Amino acid sequence: MWTTEVQTMILRGIGETLYMTLMSTLVGYVFGLPLGITLSVTDKDGLSPNTKVYKVLDVIVNVTRSIPFLILLILLIPFTRLVVGRSTGSTATIIPLVVAAVPFIARMVESSINEVDQGVIEAARSMGAGNIRIIVNVLLVEAKTSLITGSTIAIGTILGYSAMAGTVGGGGLGDIAVRYGYYRYQSDIMIVTVILLVILVQIFQSAGMLIANKTNKRLK
Amino acid sequence: MAEIEIQNLSKRYETKDGIVEALTDVSLSIEKGQIYGIIGMSGAGKSTLIRCINFLEKPSEGKVLIEGKSLESLTRKELQKQRESIAMIFQHFNLLMQKSVLENVCFPLYIQKNSRKEARARALELLEIVGLADKKNAYPAMLSGGQKQRVAIARALACNPKILLCDEATSALDPQTTSSILGLLKEINSRFGITIVIITHQMSVVREICTDVAIMKSGEIVEHGEVAEVFAHPKSEVAKELILKDTNTEGDNNLENTISRIHHGEQIRIVFSENSSFEPVIANLILTFKEPVNILKASTKNVGGVAKGEMILEFKENSTRKEEMKAYLTEHGLAIGEVINNVDH
Repeated sequence: MWTTEVQTMILRGIGETLYMTLMSTLVGYVFGLPLGITLSVTDKDGLSPNTKVYKVLDVIVNVTRSIPFLILLILLIPFTRLVVGRSTGSTATIIPLVVAAVPFIARMVESSINEVDQGVIEAARSMGAGNIRIIVNVLLVEAKTSLITGSTIAIGTILGYSAMAGTVGGGGLGDIAVRYGYYRYQSDIMIVTVILLVILVQIFQSAGMLIANKTNKRLK
Repeated sequence: MAEIEIQNLSKRYETKDGIVEALTDVSLSIEKGQIYGIIGMSGAGKSTLIRCINFLEKPSEGKVLIEGKSLESLTRKELQKQRESIAMIFQHFNLLMQKSVLENVCFPLYIQKNSRKEARARALELLEIVGLADKKNAYPAMLSGGQKQRVAIARALACNPKILLCDEATSALDPQTTSSILGLLKEINSRFGITIVIITHQMSVVREICTDVAIMKSGEIVEHGEVAEVFAHPKSEVAKELILKDTNTEGDNNLENTISRIHHGEQIRIVFSENSSFEPVIANLILTFKEPVNILKASTKNVGGVAKGEMILEFKENSTRKEEMKAYLTEHGLAIGEVINNVDH
């Protein structure tokens, strides 16, 4: 069974999975980071409390987060078609992955920023720093380690989601696992893809923690 | 014109349990070059008061004038600009933990749009002043409490402030480190002419470096004046209590216990000023009245650079002449105060 054909397929699967995961995480942060910052800043103990903005964003995030990913995937098919032109394949899968990732990432960012010591913020304020300056030079800097740890978790989750997208022809390792393992009863190929997924998650996790620890100046 | 003028300041907070009045009609004026101590037990409102001086807390009523300019009248941008001349240091130092010592000191300079090069040069100068130039590349986590506070002081001085606010700046430090930090503050005050406002709950801090003191209790200033004067003639209960506690922090901590245990006769606290220490007053008192007094505690203290003697005396339980004896002591230039026995610990 380990023909060159299968080997190329699995290699391509790895490539697609990486592509979907990394692209979705990247785009997810493009939207999720500002959203998370806004949540934290407009919260009642935030830099610039604004109950209305907070409540609206809070509800949107909660609603999106509570829709199971598989259902979100199907719900978004028309939207995906509109943006990408088709609803299958790894590029198309990025759309629902981003939609699922943004609120998740926003919450991670929010909680990382909320952990920043109020005293440091007060000190910056006492020096005449404005809110933008505080966000860029205090909040994001002090929350750095926590943000990196958060992104590691986000990548792991998105990778899992991308595998789930395989059920609707999303491409990547998940797609292979479903097609061969589920529809054709070739459990050996399925097991291999699962092992590969586990290895990928492990690599991201270790790399993320390594970077987080390296950049953490709180440790001696 | 006073450097800092606080007029009829009140601050109320709304909490779940109703309205809490943190400050009630506080007025104070602090002159240029003073080291002004604001002392009180925790919850007295001193932290709120110091935060009103740079408007980190907006007062509910009243005014804060800095060099005659009311902070209330400023726009947000103007207030941010004004804050550059009012530096602040904190109990927990509040340094950026993820940035090096040098970058921490550079931070306020970046806010003022200095270039990286200028900021670093100035920051190095300041680290030199606080004696930490060799730690410039270290991170705050590697420093001791005293060193962190020195970095915070360097950071506070970066923008050439006119005023330095110290919020319990030595409360997290051990006595020796406290002394060295206070020494540094004193030096800064005389070298750069910076007005310093110190919030503390330790009388020893006020005694060591302050020129003037205000004593706070439940959101109000109950007494204020020159440190030497307040130390010698405390009028309010809180002042007496704080001074007595200060007496006990040096040497034996059990004095309060000792006093209450052997408490029989009336006790008084006397303070010797410079000229009264030449004469053996206590010995003469005993010889004159032929009645023994018990010396419970005696010490010499540095009050704003002047040595002051302090004693706690106890009269005989059934002494009939104690009023006369007190008068004798007053005549001989001693300040007399009563000792409060129900000091809460």
